[in-house]
Amino acid sequence: MLEFPKWKYALIVLVLLASVFYSLPNIFPQEPAVQISVSRGQLEDGLPKRVEALLKANGITPRRIAVEGGDVMVRLNSPDDQLKAADIIRPELGARYTTALNLASTVPSWLSSLGANPMTLGLDLQGGVHFLMEVDQKAALEKRENAYAEEIRALLRDQKFTGYDVTRGTQGIRIALKDESARNKARSSLSVGFPQLAFLDLPAEQGIGLSAAVTPGEQKAIADGAVDQNITTLRNRIDALGVAEPVIQRQGANRIIVQLPGVQDTAEAKDIIGATATLEYRAQIGDMAQAAEAQRNNLIPPEARLYFMRETLPDGQRIPILLSRRVIVSGDQLVDATPGIDPQTGQPMVSIKLNAAGGKRMFNHTLDNVGKSMAVVYVERIPETRMVDGVPVKSVKITEDVINSATIQGVFGKDFQTTGLDPQEADRLSKQLKAGALAAPMDFAQERVIGPSLGAENVQRGVTAVLFSFVFVLIFFVIYYKMFGVITNMALLLNLLLVVAVMSMFGATLTLPGFAGIALTVGMSVDANVLINERIREELRSGNTPLASIAAGYDKASGTIIDANLTALLGGIAMAAFGSGPIRGFGITLIIGILTSMFTAVTVSRAIATLIYGRRRKLTKVSV
Amino acid sequence: MELFPSDSNFNFMRLRHFSLAVAAILMFAALGAMVFKGFNFALDFTGGNETEIQFSKPADVGQMREKLEAAGFKGAQVRAIGSANDVVIRMQVQKGGSRQNGSDVLAVLQTAENPGTLRDYYYVGPQVGKELAENGILAVVFVVIGFLAYVWVRFEFKFAVAAIIATMHDVILVAGWFAFTGHEFDLAVLAGILSVMGYSINDTIVVFDRIRENFRNLHKLSPYEVMNRSVNQTLSRTVITSFVALLTVLALYFFGGESLRGMAESQILGIVIGTLSSIFVASPLLLLMGVTKQDLMPKARDDAELDARP
Repeated sequence: MLEFPKWKYALIVLVLLASVFYSLPNIFPQEPAVQISVSRGQLEDGLPKRVEALLKANGITPRRIAVEGGDVMVRLNSPDDQLKAADIIRPELGARYTTALNLASTVPSWLSSLGANPMTLGLDLQGGVHFLMEVDQKAALEKRENAYAEEIRALLRDQKFTGYDVTRGTQGIRIALKDESARNKARSSLSVGFPQLAFLDLPAEQGIGLSAAVTPGEQKAIADGAVDQNITTLRNRIDALGVAEPVIQRQGANRIIVQLPGVQDTAEAKDIIGATATLEYRAQIGDMAQAAEAQRNNLIPPEARLYFMRETLPDGQRIPILLSRRVIVSGDQLVDATPGIDPQTGQPMVSIKLNAAGGKRMFNHTLDNVGKSMAVVYVERIPETRMVDGVPVKSVKITEDVINSATIQGVFGKDFQTTGLDPQEADRLSKQLKAGALAAPMDFAQERVIGPSLGAENVQRGVTAVLFSFVFVLIFFVIYYKMFGVITNMALLLNLLLVVAVMSMFGATLTLPGFAGIALTVGMSVDANVLINERIREELRSGNTPLASIAAGYDKASGTIIDANLTALLGGIAMAAFGSGPIRGFGITLIIGILTSMFTAVTVSRAIATLIYGRRRKLTKVSV
Repeated sequence: MELFPSDSNFNFMRLRHFSLAVAAILMFAALGAMVFKGFNFALDFTGGNETEIQFSKPADVGQMREKLEAAGFKGAQVRAIGSANDVVIRMQVQKGGSRQNGSDVLAVLQTAENPGTLRDYYYVGPQVGKELAENGILAVVFVVIGFLAYVWVRFEFKFAVAAIIATMHDVILVAGWFAFTGHEFDLAVLAGILSVMGYSINDTIVVFDRIRENFRNLHKLSPYEVMNRSVNQTLSRTVITSFVALLTVLALYFFGGESLRGMAESQILGIVIGTLSSIFVASPLLLLMGVTKQDLMPKARDDAELDARP
């Protein structure tokens, strides 16, 4: 009558072991640390020793310095030491390394190697900066329309049209033409030349001509591209900022979330995020050997400037290159850059498209320079605010890196290809070219800075709230339902363990509202046990034997429990799907809590009840 | 221990006209508060920015407003939270594009003898605020439709209507409370209200489940008697569950800190109102709509399903 299959016991034990194992990493505290990663070249041998000596000389004793996952992790005894150590290490190591504040895990490696990791703490629990960036897709579209307008002008000029006028207004591109035959001719050649545009005849009252609009498909591609490019650019810049575990994610159609845990100085972060990038095509002067020579002797030809390649030698040495002082084509003249495969050689390449003015300059340059090299310089302007004598002084830091240098194989104009790349290089170059030329402006839509002390307090509050909600409930159940109260409590505790384990396994982020979600699942999941216990009491009152009452209590309550939980689940799903920020964090824990509680409240509590009462054939009294 | 006599036999249904009238009056009062008084929307929905600064000594709030005004921050609201050392400054997005920052505010307010640290800075652009509000409404609509569909499929249309009306009654009352008192309405309160919906339907469904069971098993009873008996049979469970849930949100209210207080407040109210409405609103409504045994008849399949459950 009151029976429970053996395999279900085995399942429960298995779940119990697994949840203990996966929630275990959360009890290991995190240590303040400084993470040193290489930005150029390879990690130098003996760096940990050097850092240790440096810190000791400044009176800081690190807890441990070791190479972890390719980075040097300097663990320290206190957050104070951490800040001091970072300030000492950063200037000493220079630009070759990035120094970031981090919280190092103390989870034993055997645990993490089996996939057991602690929950990620949300920014509200660990402090940091949160930005929501909004990409101005309209600006990206306008930029592209301007480029199309200029190309249409160039095509009409090439095909010897006269008396035409191309303007770009709010309604797209307007092409005024001389007469009807010019319109017919223009329509057919433009449709072939610009498959991304839809051409229509202008209404009669606006004169003879055509209107061109970017097709919806192309519009979407431009808008999506704008967000993707901005994400790429942001990722590069934030890597340079030296943040341990940044989150850079697309949200919705035109937003990007940037979360920088541990960062407190928003001014610097905003400067870096708000930097502008551009490109310059320049002729190379001499070859690499001459550049190295020039750098060594500090003898730079008057028409040249010394630049460095973005890539470095394995030891971190920068590669010098001499480029002409004259810019051939700049980023605002670049229309598109797409990676692809050269149909003739089958090799990866990047197809570059310039506007008419750029094409003309490129044509003039290549006419005289076949066989010589040409390089692309990526220029980034980062606004900086420095405090000089207590007064903020704004300046701009400019970094210039040569991202590619290639030999001019022939004379070309606005369309050309860069070859001799491997597939990854082609992909990267096209992204960098676009990032430098086409990035749409971004604005800050939401911003949040959480101080580390508030973060620590929030953890404290969350833990206290969950603890008290548990204690209240546990005490109440023991008093009210006696033995069945104890059974309910065991199920509740296992449920808490399961929620923590599931959240850790899936790498869910715990936030303060997440704590509230956990507390509330306690409140809601006990419902199942109250239903069961009340049913058992009812069955007993109507004169059933104790064993039959327990069995009937579980059976009759289960349908109600499922109905009640599924509807509550709907609420959780709505929060996770439509909510953002606190609502989402709350909803996710609620969903996990409801699902796990269905298992613990029904299956686990029944298993325990069977274990306690099931063997006694002549049970006369049930403690409920 | 038992808080309720096992043979409780309150005649809840006799009160049905009275209880429904009270519920309707409260609902209209709450709607009135929402329409005529409106919500005190938080930054999440209005846009603007909020800076929390912890000073080392108690700070003079009135003087700060003047300081900020003098520094060009127009219309700043300054209030102390917790101890007098903690101050929250809120303002609308400043005109003219100057982007104020938490550290700018801190620089204006702190003095050499009373330095402060920036604890929290939050900025929401006006567009985001509007979208958050829209998404909130969307979530409520999704939940309502989801509940309606679920109860309709699992029970019957009249049950679904009664459950939704009871749930909406609870949500409107809680929201009305926030409008009436002028307590701040932020994203966390919205999350609280959404969870109240889940809680409230949960309570109602447990009673409805029993009503369905009794309709099927107790052939001789009239709907009036079935309702009364079902509510009485589940009364102990309804009150105990609500009491336990109340305990947990009380813990949140008292120990969860400032940012969870609004959410806990909405849940405390929601649990109390939701419990009462499952007794005094949902079942009387069902009776009023004239639910009969026949409404549940063609669902023989359901019985088979229930029997098959472990």
